[in-house]
Amino acid sequence: MQKEVNQSLAREFGLSAEEYGKVLEIMGRTPSLTELGVFSVMWSEHCSYKSSRVWLRQLPTKAPWVIHGPGENAGVVDIGDGLAAIFKMESHNHPSFIEPYQGAATGVGGILRDVFTMGARPIANLNALRFGSPNHPRTRRIVDGVVRGIGGYGNCVGVPTVGGEINFHPAYDGNPLVNAMTVGIAPKDRIFLSAAAGIGNPVVYVGSKTGRDGIHGATMASAEFGADSEEKRPTVQVGDPFTEKLLIEACLELMATDAIVAIQDMGAAGLTSSSVEMAAKGGVGIELDLNMVPARETGMTAYEFMLSESQERMLMVLRPDRESVARAIFEKWDLDFAIIGHITDTGRIVVRHNGVVEADIPLAPLNDEAPLYTRPTTETPKGEKLNPARVESRVGLASALQTLVGCPDLCSRAWVWDQYDSTVGGQTVKRPGAADAAVVKLEGLKRALALTTDCTPRYCAADPETGGRQAVAEAWRNLTAVGARPLAITDNLNFGNPEKPEIMGQFAAAIRGMAAACEALDFPVVSGNVSLYNETERRAILPTPAIGGLGVLDDAAQAVGLALPPWLDIVLIGATTGWLGQSLWLREIAGREDGAPPPVDLVAERTNGDFVRAQILAGHVRACHDVSDGGILVALAEMAMASGIGLRISTHPRDIPGHAYWFGEDQARYLLAVPDSIAMVKAAEAAGVPALRIAVSGGQDLTLPDGSTISVQALRDSHERFFPAWMDGETKKD
Amino acid sequence: MKAGIVVFPGINRERDMAIALEQSSGAKPRMIWHQETDLSGLDLVVIPGGFSFGDYLRCGAMAAQSPVMASIRAHADRGGYILGVCNGFQILTEAGILPGALLRNAALRFLSMDCHLRVERSDTVFTARYQKGQTFRAVMAHGDGNYFADDATLDRLEGQGLVALRYASPQGNIPLGNIPLGNIPQGDVTKDANRNGSARSIAGIYTPNLRVLGLMPHPEDLVDPLMGSTDGKPLFDALAAA
Repeated sequence: MQKEVNQSLAREFGLSAEEYGKVLEIMGRTPSLTELGVFSVMWSEHCSYKSSRVWLRQLPTKAPWVIHGPGENAGVVDIGDGLAAIFKMESHNHPSFIEPYQGAATGVGGILRDVFTMGARPIANLNALRFGSPNHPRTRRIVDGVVRGIGGYGNCVGVPTVGGEINFHPAYDGNPLVNAMTVGIAPKDRIFLSAAAGIGNPVVYVGSKTGRDGIHGATMASAEFGADSEEKRPTVQVGDPFTEKLLIEACLELMATDAIVAIQDMGAAGLTSSSVEMAAKGGVGIELDLNMVPARETGMTAYEFMLSESQERMLMVLRPDRESVARAIFEKWDLDFAIIGHITDTGRIVVRHNGVVEADIPLAPLNDEAPLYTRPTTETPKGEKLNPARVESRVGLASALQTLVGCPDLCSRAWVWDQYDSTVGGQTVKRPGAADAAVVKLEGLKRALALTTDCTPRYCAADPETGGRQAVAEAWRNLTAVGARPLAITDNLNFGNPEKPEIMGQFAAAIRGMAAACEALDFPVVSGNVSLYNETERRAILPTPAIGGLGVLDDAAQAVGLALPPWLDIVLIGATTGWLGQSLWLREIAGREDGAPPPVDLVAERTNGDFVRAQILAGHVRACHDVSDGGILVALAEMAMASGIGLRISTHPRDIPGHAYWFGEDQARYLLAVPDSIAMVKAAEAAGVPALRIAVSGGQDLTLPDGSTISVQALRDSHERFFPAWMDGETKKD
Repeated sequence: MKAGIVVFPGINRERDMAIALEQSSGAKPRMIWHQETDLSGLDLVVIPGGFSFGDYLRCGAMAAQSPVMASIRAHADRGGYILGVCNGFQILTEAGILPGALLRNAALRFLSMDCHLRVERSDTVFTARYQKGQTFRAVMAHGDGNYFADDATLDRLEGQGLVALRYASPQGNIPLGNIPLGNIPQGDVTKDANRNGSARSIAGIYTPNLRVLGLMPHPEDLVDPLMGSTDGKPLFDALAAA
């Protein structure tokens, strides 16, 4: 470990020559190895957001119900009844590619800690997953490992996994995306923050012991992959959900006392980022003695202690007179509890090991002078609007529908959900697949949260600004479709290498689109995470700004799902133009991935959504489903498959070709199953909302507008075949 | 009936269980930390689901060695009532209070879904509010729920009427070929009714005095219509009334 600290080592640690120059300037001398380690992780893309910060500032972050926006461990919103929802989504893309099970598992563990560190009991997990082509030899193994990892961790800690989304595309062959979201609940006047305070107060380490795992994980997550990614396996951490469960219970028990001054989990860059951020936020100094840190291995160096990303650890500043109270709680839960330092007034982080000062860095410049780049951008060339009349259909409606509901992007995800405990806690009102958003009731109250994750990467690739708008609008729509009032989002911005102008252009445009939608829908961003350098061998992923949306229902009993009851009218809300560009029909049936994606009219989005929500809350709607991937016919089929009840679907307006009308992906649309369609259409007209009765439920078949018929069972067979059959293929091969 | 819920580190369905018990009885159950040994005053001891000690060893094996287990064994010997659900069932088998073992699910994957349970007898304190032969819905959420015992043990359980619940179709049919005894109605249902592969479709068993019930699925998660069903409620109503 006696490496000489110089520019070439700095480069190895991911610092540019210019950045290393700044380090020398701040330190006024050559830094020690540990100091260089601290700078390199704090200034990594992962921790410093150096390429993205200038753009992130454009996002709306405020609303009367926002208690804490971006900048804390997670976002906090007021949900009524004196409670706050605390939530965030975070990526674990790179680790999940190298080691799918542990990568995904520790992704769940990390996001849980971000939420309970603020005082919340986690009540729901969701995820947003993107995998490579099902035909790529590696995809199956990655899907299997990621799903087992998410389940293995979430099931054990006892937090229900209630929702999520999955896409497949060859652009993710070498770089899957694993975005995990946690939602927790806390009394709104008992939120715990990370700003350290109180000169002389003890700095306490709790949780698991520190080992050599995950050293420089944050740096790994800030670089592209080459063909040698397998060799990076040692940078992936190993999760221990049992210890996490104990940590949740112990922290919540301690939080019920008045012992904690500040608390922060040790996530990326471990002890370094937690101690630096806590001290910097509080405007104080911090002194650590690494000999006091509980260690799993012997002979660890200061560098290794500071850079380790061992999981299930937290750092706290305690009131000195409450130390014994805290110690007793952690001892009860069999967790390590060690005083490893204290708060100072020096404004510096001083790290001692074996009596030697291994690091002594002024915090203000370490934090404030972190690099900030306005990288060059180029606009994504826009595709042309496809004229539906010029896109020929060689396949009948029934056959196209059967193919679509069975394609990898639309088929049943039951194989995945069935491995996630979605009911632990006993409050899950709408489980995965039952509604457009998951609905989780709050224990002992009528109130419920609605939760969803959304993004349509193919739209984002074709037009990042429209894609950004659409991702936010779809999350808002999915919450609305269960009857919830959308409150706020967390975002997980997954992009390629920001040093390439076309990638930075995608990023900037997506932010622009998101910002417009957040503004128009009163749907601010309260937390988030940026994951850049999602490239392997210079091939970038599709731009994927995943949105995690949270809404509230005053009464869980008002939530509606998508399962179609019999003998009701189906009313289509929203305007239909037959937009085929970037649609799944175009890709799966016509074999083309071109054209402009559907535009997102935010005024229509708002008007239509507010109307739908009001109708649901007034009790006029028995089932609701938004129209998204695959268009109206797929949405109708999904409602039918959810209950087993058939539909008779009426003919469509003559001015739009049938395949475009039924499979086009115009936005801001919903399907409502209602007892009284005449009243519904009338109410819609009065509200300036396009509405049309398009189907009647009943029987066991779908009778399509071209006169063809397909049974709900046949659709279900197609819908349910892909996942188990595909995953089985591997078992047989082995 | 005064109830207590035993909490081992890693248990995670104790809150669900407390809600279900309180809803039926009106009384908050006592929460018992695994290092406590005093169970006096309790009629019913419940061991809920979760991953005790992470279940990194065999499921329930570590918990079976906890200080509270000697008291639970004494409670059983005294004729006290015990309900073990999921991890609780695994712990009861590891402790030798119930026979057999719970192996990995047949498909080697965690299973989280609804299942239907057929009530094999309704003359116990747990099933008094169900009809014999009736099926009810419950939530399955486990990786190791595949009940196993040697044939002699299974024959003894069948012979003494100690099989409490079986995985069945919604109509009450048991997968064909799963049970050798001729007197149990069988149907032409698919193997899906017994997803974890349990021997003779067994989901729950009693001790000979019918006062200890271990079962894998969770009745406590379906006691409120908002969660889609109240099929689990009669079990807690019966316990509350006993």
